[in-house]
Amino acid sequence: MSTIETTTHDSALGETGIPGELLPQRYEGPRAFGWWGMVWLIGTEATLFALLIASYFYLRFRYGPTWPPEGIAEPELGLPLVMTAILWSSSAPVHVADRGIRAGDIGRLKAGLAAGFVLGATFLVMTVGVEWPETLDEFGPTTNVYGSLFFTITGFHAAHVLVGLLINLWTQARAWQGAFDESRHLTVQNFAMYWHFVDVVWAFVLATVYLSPNL
Amino acid sequence: MTTTVGPEATATLSTVERLEAVWEEPPGLGSWLGTVDHKRIGLRYFYTGMVFFVAGGIESLLIRMQLAGPDLDVLGPEGFNQLFTMHGITMMFLFAMPVLSGFGNYFVPLMIGARDMAFPRLNAFGYWVLLAAGVFLYSSFLVGRAPNDGWFNYVPLAGEAFTPGINIDYYALGLIFLGISTTGGAVNFIVTILKLRAPGMILNRIPIFVWGELAMALQIVFALPALTLASVLLLLDRKFDFHFYDADAGGDPLLWQHLFWVFGHPEVYIIALPGFGIASAIIPTWVRRPIVGYTYIVIGELAVALIGFGVWVHHMFTVGLPNITFAFISLASFMVAIPSAIQAFAWLATLVAGRPVLRTPLLFVLGFIFIFVIGGVTGVMFAAIPFDQAVHDSYFVVAHLHYVLVGSAVFPIFGAIYHWGPKMTGRLLDERWGKVSFWLMFVGFNLAFFPQHILGLLGMPRRVYTYDADLGWDGYNLASSLGAFMLAAGILVTIINWYRSRARGAPAGNDPWRGETLEWYASSPPAHYNFVTIPTVRAREPMWDQPELADGVQAPEDGGRPLTGGHATLSTSMLDARPQAIVHMPHASVWPFLFAVALLVLAYAVLLDAWALAVAAVVACGVALMGWFWPRGQTQET
Amino acid sequence: MAGLWWVLFWISVVVVAVVTAFLVAAARRRRAGLDREEDIDTRPVPWGDRFVVLAGVVVPGGILAGTFVVSLGVLDDLADPPAEAALEVEVVGHNWWWEVRYPNGAVTANEIRIPVGETVELALPTADVIHSFWVPELQVKKDHIPGSDNRLWVVAERAGRFRGQCAEFCGLQHAHMEFQVEALPRAEFEDWLEREAEPATEPATGRTREGSELFAASSCAGCHAIRGTSADGDLGPDLTHLASRETIGAGLIPLTTGNLADFIANPQDDKPGVSMPPTELTPREVEAVAAYLMELE
Repeated sequence: MSTIETTTHDSALGETGIPGELLPQRYEGPRAFGWWGMVWLIGTEATLFALLIASYFYLRFRYGPTWPPEGIAEPELGLPLVMTAILWSSSAPVHVADRGIRAGDIGRLKAGLAAGFVLGATFLVMTVGVEWPETLDEFGPTTNVYGSLFFTITGFHAAHVLVGLLINLWTQARAWQGAFDESRHLTVQNFAMYWHFVDVVWAFVLATVYLSPNL
Repeated sequence: MTTTVGPEATATLSTVERLEAVWEEPPGLGSWLGTVDHKRIGLRYFYTGMVFFVAGGIESLLIRMQLAGPDLDVLGPEGFNQLFTMHGITMMFLFAMPVLSGFGNYFVPLMIGARDMAFPRLNAFGYWVLLAAGVFLYSSFLVGRAPNDGWFNYVPLAGEAFTPGINIDYYALGLIFLGISTTGGAVNFIVTILKLRAPGMILNRIPIFVWGELAMALQIVFALPALTLASVLLLLDRKFDFHFYDADAGGDPLLWQHLFWVFGHPEVYIIALPGFGIASAIIPTWVRRPIVGYTYIVIGELAVALIGFGVWVHHMFTVGLPNITFAFISLASFMVAIPSAIQAFAWLATLVAGRPVLRTPLLFVLGFIFIFVIGGVTGVMFAAIPFDQAVHDSYFVVAHLHYVLVGSAVFPIFGAIYHWGPKMTGRLLDERWGKVSFWLMFVGFNLAFFPQHILGLLGMPRRVYTYDADLGWDGYNLASSLGAFMLAAGILVTIINWYRSRARGAPAGNDPWRGETLEWYASSPPAHYNFVTIPTVRAREPMWDQPELADGVQAPEDGGRPLTGGHATLSTSMLDARPQAIVHMPHASVWPFLFAVALLVLAYAVLLDAWALAVAAVVACGVALMGWFWPRGQTQET
Repeated sequence: MAGLWWVLFWISVVVVAVVTAFLVAAARRRRAGLDREEDIDTRPVPWGDRFVVLAGVVVPGGILAGTFVVSLGVLDDLADPPAEAALEVEVVGHNWWWEVRYPNGAVTANEIRIPVGETVELALPTADVIHSFWVPELQVKKDHIPGSDNRLWVVAERAGRFRGQCAEFCGLQHAHMEFQVEALPRAEFEDWLEREAEPATEPATGRTREGSELFAASSCAGCHAIRGTSADGDLGPDLTHLASRETIGAGLIPLTTGNLADFIANPQDDKPGVSMPPTELTPREVEAVAAYLMELE
């Protein structure tokens, strides 16, 4: 049963020990455990957001017909829509980065990640630096349940954006180290999935927190 | 040092030597803190969970001493409230889930023919977080501030206004912390079961215990966020004056109940389904025939997991929601009994069609079925809304929950101790003492909890630290307390049996019961690499139907793959288990441990409002994560 | 409701008996030997799948569906009262006692009197946390929830006293939050209701007058009301007709002068954790107050 090892763990193919059988040792997508790990992480975070948004509508339903509560104006849409455009457009360079490394183009990878970072960071700064202070002039999280909901939901999302930005930096650092090529880029793929997820969640946050009180 | 007999002796030395060299974890602190061996981690979960079982048991004995008679003074109300709260938290979160995960951790890779779990470092991390969260929660006793508003922790009582001490902050932070471990473990099980099965282990050949762990893990991923969210919102209300649960500011205390029970009901199936899986593992071996109705059992497990998400409001039948809402929930609650009935009758059919060997593992399974069915029929009673409204929050509920939980978790776990213990330690347990333990536990349990049905029907509410003498409740309470001590004695017998057998039990050999699934293909305890060759599976009961496995190592001509080229196992396709890739697994790493420590510091920092420390701990978490993911050239990490 | 119980009970007995019979039959099968290879029988069981479907799906499905329908019928019956409510009573849950308010201004604590045979609607607010109003013998239970306007209708078919106890864990003294519902003939009930709405009787002796003055001047009046006097606190039970009640502390101890004096001196001894602090009055003053309160029929 002794096998003559001609492959190492770094080779593209490895021997299983059945004479003549070689199996890939590089993988991405559903063949990679790490990919599934990210999928299920997204699953559990998506459930968290779904429950948070369900709680918003539950509390609104229990509160009664006046929503937002007396004394609070309906949310303005100008700034949030600009922020939406910025956040959603950040998915494009990230997608370019992902496609790029599949074709072996390190340049596109680095540029795409960097551009995605800038746009994502801009969104975050606008949330924490402009949107929230403006809102706090009118109400805060301790004012009433509406305020608690507003800041908690946008805050949860912002936290996920922050984590995404950190993962982006990590991915860029690894790219600069030369870790990725056309057959090895699971980190990039996982980051892209996570970042697009954060964008999709924003659609629900936008609809719930900003659009629905205006209806 | 493991003494292995059997398969290895028939393999060529060079293969075994290579596998040992790659898979052995050298002794020392680094390996102790950093082990990623699923068997070592599984054993840690088991031992830690059993320590908490004893703690939870002591809590329950103190409770029963206080309630043995009317108006006793063993405990005051504050002590009683902390004890019954921690009893619930301990048994659910620090005993049942860890021990069942521990058996899962140990045996799922073995049963599916893999060399490890999909995410070995995540596995290690899950254990360290469990230990840290348990220490965190129990440290509350040291300052006399254990959580004291019940394991269900209803607001507004659990809010800042009515429980201002850190008791409830311990509760919320402890459960959020634990949730990280549980969720990580669940993802690990899902990916392992879907992607690491031995070639040929198509869906139809997966052992039912493995299906049970998969059903459990799927529920965890979707149920635990509800508890996490509920706890986060509670912390925001308590610490920062948010208003989610505050009726005066537009919030709603019922939101807590909805979120808690959206988690809480699936939680009981998270505990029960692995227990059912253990029964489905023990029965075939001990009645010498394959399980009857395999397909229906699998569908049953998955159906329970799914329908279990639709019944949570049945914990709230007295809160005043419209009857139409209650009616839908009632229907689902009746229907969820059907998939459990499917499994029960499949087991019964297997039992009467087979030839039983009436030893301790099977006794515990017979006891489980009897006890669980009683719990199940009272559960059906609760599905009927008018009846539920009569006995809700009474001792009838306490009786029911113990029948279903002790039935579906404790008895299967003890069966597994006797059935799988020898595989884990390499030693047999004493059979006579096993039977003594079983009978003490069985009689003691029924004596402890059957009278509680009557107490509930007589009007005794639950969660009371004492009761009046002239209500006719005394005799039943005394009987219940005596039964509890008898149950404890039975448990103690098994604990002593375990330790004596580790020291001087008879050697087990790799297959003492001539079992049917792949864990019996490995030695007792298994080698670090589990199997000399990863087998190709061609049957649902491979050890009974594939003679080349029972006789020794499956050679490459028969489909056995040694995979000596590194710290590797096979990745296979989800449905039909075709080999897809060779996956090189990470070696021991201390970063999961460090990450868990950083989280523990973070938990204490938030508990004590030490925000600067909390920020530092978050940074430390980031550093630990970077250390964890920093590639070390041993795997394909990219 | 009793019908529903017996349906559930007998189905349960039969199920447990059937399962037990299977377990016993299994235990009595001819044993196998662990080391006898020939005892392992991997042939499929021909009746297996059919049995599992029949016993696990078809039969339980039918029984459960039928039971569900029966239970819905009972639920429907219980949903609406047999007649329009003749009376509305507000029962406010407190930690750890029950405030009882009648439409005519009568306010009492821990004892609810209702006319026998008539529909009474109870409003169930709470002053603090979630409580649960439970009277086993009248088969009623409903929670008091902040922000929810929960209501319960009850009919006492016969006269008598019915024990109640809080059924939702509400903190330290949840175990000592009892109450009593007493159903009286209509005429007696109306007499009682009229008396209960009247202000407190004047103190009859010098000693009890002293007690009344002490009560009004000390911290007692800050929490308790005695209608007709200056004491109008609303944090603790209304004491206007305390002496007509049977217990102190929501069913904790019988109402006697001695027990009352002990309770006033230090309620934490009897019911640790209650909001009522030990008194600042001297023992002699406490006795005077107790004597006054025992006059308030």
